[in-house]
Amino acid sequence: MARKIKMIMAKPGLDGHDRGAKLLARICAEAGMEVVYTGLRQTPEMIVAAAEQEDADVVGLSSLSGVHNYFFPRVVELMKQKGMEDVLLVGGGIIPEEDYDFLKKSGMGAIFGPGTPTTEIVEFIQANVRQR
Amino acid sequence: MSVDYAAQILEGSHRAAARLISWLEDEDERAYECMRKLYPHTGRAYVVGITGSPGAGKSTLTTALTRVIRKSGLKVGIIAVDPSSPFTGGALLGDRVRMSELADDPDIYIRSMATRGFLGGMAKAAADVVRVLDALGKDVIVIETVGVGQDEVDIVGVADTTCVVMVPGLGDAIQSMKAGIMEIADVFVINKADHPGSDMLCAEICARLDMDAQLRERGWVAPVNKTVAVEGVGLDEMWLSIESHRKYLLDSGRFYDNRRERISREALRMIHGELFRVVREQLEQNGRLDAAVEQLMNRKLDPYTLMRDIVTDWLSSSQCKRRRDEDTQS
Ligand code: B12
Ligand SMILES: Nc1nc2c(ncn2[C@@H]2O[C@H](COP(=O)(O)OP(=O)(O)OP(=O)(O)O)[C@@H](O)[C@H]2O)c(=O)[nH]1
Ligand SMILES: [Mg+2]
Repeated sequence: MARKIKMIMAKPGLDGHDRGAKLLARICAEAGMEVVYTGLRQTPEMIVAAAEQEDADVVGLSSLSGVHNYFFPRVVELMKQKGMEDVLLVGGGIIPEEDYDFLKKSGMGAIFGPGTPTTEIVEFIQANVRQR
Repeated sequence: MSVDYAAQILEGSHRAAARLISWLEDEDERAYECMRKLYPHTGRAYVVGITGSPGAGKSTLTTALTRVIRKSGLKVGIIAVDPSSPFTGGALLGDRVRMSELADDPDIYIRSMATRGFLGGMAKAAADVVRVLDALGKDVIVIETVGVGQDEVDIVGVADTTCVVMVPGLGDAIQSMKAGIMEIADVFVINKADHPGSDMLCAEICARLDMDAQLRERGWVAPVNKTVAVEGVGLDEMWLSIESHRKYLLDSGRFYDNRRERISREALRMIHGELFRVVREQLEQNGRLDAAVEQLMNRKLDPYTLMRDIVTDWLSSSQCKRRRDEDTQS
């Protein structure tokens, strides 16, 4: 049995915009990944617990309400505390480009805004995911 | 030094369990050494199956039931199965959306699994995953199957108590019900009892059960529970039904019989799988399969003879090999 990339797609905080997250979850599933969609209103603790239980290779965070600078680094931090540094973190949504650097420095693998061709997202994940 | 996953799992590490489960899903060789070590520590957990049609409320019910079970301090493992796409091999696993509120209880472990082409409403590795969660120290393991139709009943091969979830308002569901799914129920659950028609559905199920009772004697008649999973209504009663079924199994000796039968079937399944793998690998590598297929196509050979020949050859050659091995060892 060939191994599959396992991904968690989560919406941190109270942001209710879930179209992008659901769309991307479907696209990644179409690309052959097994994608766990966690739904809305996730705390960083819930996201990290889900990633741990599912043995996720990738965690995707989607934010359109401007809370990325708080939530994304918080998830990274909790993952580090648990020794899950090898999990690839990717983010997307409405995120000003001037925040990309900060988010990447804090440990996000990449950020993808609206208009990114989704094949690019899939390829990035496939190229940067860990072995296990 | 490699990590001793078995030891970590026995100490309750969710992380170690999570990795072992991935290996089992991938049929990665590394899993089996670990499973050997864990096996003596399994067989203790009680396994509850939740099955029913798509959207019946299985995930919501699993969550609400888990909350009830947790009140008594028991630790819970959840396996939520969703289908893989037969075209892309990928899967969108959505059951967890309804389980958010359970996410940060350290005594609950939730794992989403894709069917990966396995039919019957289950994932192939589900029985192995049950053993991992058992060794992890979970007292009750709840398995949510994919949304099933009529004959996807593999859950009975894994669960001690199978709950069949139905919802009112799907027309004359019972009349059209084929044997399969009705017959595997140890407990019936009419979910969405806040919708009209639940009394009617309840009456229909009871009538059907009466009829079944006339057809054959049964030690256990499945109780019918009404629930509103979104509001947590009726879940205490559902758990009571599960517990009384468990008591019935233990008192009647069925528990032992069922488990024995299951272990026997699983052992055979594993042997079957490994034998098949070895034989097939050999046939593919030495070109015999290709040659035989050619002959079958031309009707120079029939598959019945082929099957006999291959099995006979294989048995004698493997016996020869064993004798040679023994000679070289002595
Ligand atoms: C549709 C929409 C809504 C719908 C949402 C429906 C739903 N269920 O999703 C409704 C009408 C409900 C809504 C409500 C609100 N909205 Co609105 N909404 C939008 C709108 C027009 C489009 C969003 C969308 O669905 N895009 C389509 C999807 C496919 O794109 P996407 O999510 O960006 O995803 C792409 C990429 O970002 C990326 N991506 C996204 N997530 C992820 C995750 C990962 C891991 C990766 C790799 C990539 C990735 O990939 C996707 C494909 O390319 C945007 C404006 C805009 N142009 O974005 C405003 C917008 C997001 N909304 C906004 C606001 C303010 C609100 C409200 C607060 C309005 C109000 N006052 O009521 C409410 C809040 C609702 C809530 N509870 O959070 C603001 C947010 C401003 C901000 N960030 O500071 C925006 C930007 C509009 C604006 N310019 O002001 N909204
Ligand atoms: N009115 C009502 N809605 C319910 C009840 N239980 C679940 N639902 C809703 O039914 C929908 C499906 O619920 P799920 O728990 O996802 O159903 P499921 O059987 O797990 O679905 P699949 O896994 O996709 O087959 C959701 O919108 C729930 O909120 C209930 O008791 N009453
Ligand atoms: Mg479900």
